[in-house]
Amino acid sequence: MSGKSMMEESAIGLDEQMGATYGAGRHTLKPDAEHESQILEVAIGPQHPSTHGVFRMDVQLDGERVVRLKPVFGYLHRNHEKIAENAAYLAAIPYTDRLDYLCSMTNNWGYVLAVEKLVGIAVPERTEYIRVIMAELTRFQNHSALVGFLLQDMGASGTPLMYAFREREKILDLFEAVSGARMMCNYLRFGGVRVDCTPEWLEETRQLVGRLPRFVDEFERLLRGNEILMARTQGVGVLPRELAVSAGVTGPMLRASGVNYDIRKVDRYGIYDRFKFRVPLGEHGDVYDRYMMRVLEMRESIAILEQALKEIPDGPVQDPKTKVRGLRPKVGEAYGRIESPKGELGFYLISDGTMNPYRYRVRPPCLINLTILEDMCLGLSVADVVVTLGSVDIVMGEVDR
Amino acid sequence: MLGEGIVKGLIETARNFVGSYVDKDRLVTVQYPEERNPLPEAARNFPFLLYDGDDPEAGLRCVSCHICEKECPPRCIHIEKSTDKKPDFVGKQQFYPKVFNIDVSVCMSCQICVEVCPFDAIRMDKEFELSTDDRFGGLLWTKKELAKPNEYYQKIHPMEAAETDARRAEELKQTQAKAAAAAAAAAAKAAEAAKAAEAAKAGNGAAGKEPSA
Amino acid sequence: MSSPSIDPVGVDVSAEAIRAALVKGVPGCEATVVENGSPSAQHSLLLDHEHAVEAATFLRDHAEFRLDFCSNVTGVDWPDKEVTEKVKVTKVVDGPDGPKEQQVEETRKTLIPGYLETVYHLFSMEKKHGPVILRLRTANRGEGNHLPSLTPVWRSAEFQEREAFDLFGIVFDGHPDLRRILMWEDFTDHPMRKDYVPPEEDEPVMDDGCAPGSSAEQGAAGQ
Repeated sequence: MSGKSMMEESAIGLDEQMGATYGAGRHTLKPDAEHESQILEVAIGPQHPSTHGVFRMDVQLDGERVVRLKPVFGYLHRNHEKIAENAAYLAAIPYTDRLDYLCSMTNNWGYVLAVEKLVGIAVPERTEYIRVIMAELTRFQNHSALVGFLLQDMGASGTPLMYAFREREKILDLFEAVSGARMMCNYLRFGGVRVDCTPEWLEETRQLVGRLPRFVDEFERLLRGNEILMARTQGVGVLPRELAVSAGVTGPMLRASGVNYDIRKVDRYGIYDRFKFRVPLGEHGDVYDRYMMRVLEMRESIAILEQALKEIPDGPVQDPKTKVRGLRPKVGEAYGRIESPKGELGFYLISDGTMNPYRYRVRPPCLINLTILEDMCLGLSVADVVVTLGSVDIVMGEVDR
Repeated sequence: MLGEGIVKGLIETARNFVGSYVDKDRLVTVQYPEERNPLPEAARNFPFLLYDGDDPEAGLRCVSCHICEKECPPRCIHIEKSTDKKPDFVGKQQFYPKVFNIDVSVCMSCQICVEVCPFDAIRMDKEFELSTDDRFGGLLWTKKELAKPNEYYQKIHPMEAAETDARRAEELKQTQAKAAAAAAAAAAKAAEAAKAAEAAKAGNGAAGKEPSA
Repeated sequence: MSSPSIDPVGVDVSAEAIRAALVKGVPGCEATVVENGSPSAQHSLLLDHEHAVEAATFLRDHAEFRLDFCSNVTGVDWPDKEVTEKVKVTKVVDGPDGPKEQQVEETRKTLIPGYLETVYHLFSMEKKHGPVILRLRTANRGEGNHLPSLTPVWRSAEFQEREAFDLFGIVFDGHPDLRRILMWEDFTDHPMRKDYVPPEEDEPVMDDGCAPGSSAEQGAAGQ
């Protein structure tokens, strides 16, 4: 589609438009009285390289400034929740891989954790360590890829993204060696994991984790202090602390606004209370802080990985009492949540005592982090909207489900 | 100084550019298809059916129990059970699939069919260059396309196959031992019965004689 | 792992404690504890419609609870249920030798009306405790599918309530922007309802003119 046909000029009176779409308190932007400007409606997406998938933003522009932005989703909607409600508990695991397809291991964990809460399953020691290792590797590769995508959105086409993907590639190879697939791992099971990691795999992972700090250093040397990066990110897309809390924003985005809330620390699910790691916090809540959060969290993930790989014990990886196939939980419900790389990934399950969940709900961090997209973007130019969206870190597989 | 950060970044880029000629760690890609990275043993793509021996029909391990069909999350497996039976590897009479189809355009390579199969009949293939110009018929694999010999499995997943083969050999041994024991018991019983019959016959014949001491 | 419902400081956020505080702090508020039989023991509170927004604001601003983070909003569909039970009834039956009292087994059908439900999972970012679970139930699944919106209290409910509206057909009164979110605007049904019947799937077009020997190909060859 050519750029011209996507843009559609409209001559709606601004007052009328404002009155219809703005609530009280959002009336901050006034048209440029001096130049008698006209509102231009632009649909950014659904097929646009900067929208990270099939996602549309209906933007109204006054000159270069955004005066209204409405996100439109659903292009990738396949009713994941309904599919899982019509399938057995086990059959939902491969579908969770496809939610946030960059982080299948953490998606598996979120779902498995909810089922374990619902049934009351204990997890063997070694499995807990394997899960932490997988989750932190996932976090590392997600954050490195995100930084690459963000820079790509800023116009640094290629170089940072390729460096990020190079490192991600090595982690995906590790995933493939243990689970059989690079992205759709389908690895975790209720009360365990599907197969054990071999000692050779652990040794390889140790070696890779030993090399990762060098990569982060290199990545930072490439980007930190870059004047263009600073100019494009500092003070752009500011998310105030109170709004972030009220809008339920989670993950690195919330912490960039200065709220100390990491579910690994709060819930201490799994065995996260055994590891020493810090939670990086931002001050300004702008795109730069969100970018730095990712870089700092990569370093903390390496710290966790080093501890976990040192301490991992031998033992079984599957709870022998748990029935993986044909699981039939008692009537009840449970909400389980984990800190996925994007934010709080929650699964809410209601069981009616049959083989299929009665209600299966995913709390998608990406979707809820988009709630305040308009608030962050008002008054920015289109190029900055793209950067702000990039810093939210969305994956449409999870937003649309 | 303005521009210092950019210059530093460019130095890093130059280091990576030169480094990619000498450091394997900085160059992870290969020139596909001339060069290929070896796949790990656990790699999986689409399922296939295993058969023992040379005949894909007679040696097919699948007993058409429909477990994989029911557990398959996207329901891409279609099985029709046979009406007659054929012996399996331990000699037990089992059904076999008259039709076994997998729609690989629907399959999502999750390996759940392999996990749930109690008969070691279905396994994951590693072959990934599967493009076809027929997007309906070409992606619906029938029993003929799915059946692959155990030797192929041993080649692509050597460790897994060794484990499976050992388990099956053990099972066969046990069954044979049990059969042998049962046969022995039956033989003994038959012998005893024959003896008893003979004894009875002898007893009858010797009715008028004195009992031997 | 520590118990999820009690935070390190020791504020009791169990459903029972929240109920007691609500009844005291919000006059007229009806809150019922809904027991949860699973080992997770996450019991919830069923609120009435009139006081829901007030109760939510109370919980958000309460100095001890500070439930400032509404994590998850879920729609749940509970369709009408027909319960059949066998009851023994004494009846007068005309027998061959005159009317006689007799015990007869009769199946009685009772219709339990269904409803739609929203479940809110609340946490506190400040006090780091939770979850506190609130439930709201509609009168029925037809016309009475209205619930008060909690978006004015927690902004995070905005998209999730839109989703519940879209997929379950729960109308949230007081929501600032209640539109479909995942399905397209012309869509009329609510796919997550249990009685939803998907439309007939379009058969894939076997002959799209690309296959060799198809009519389009032949036409091209004939020219």
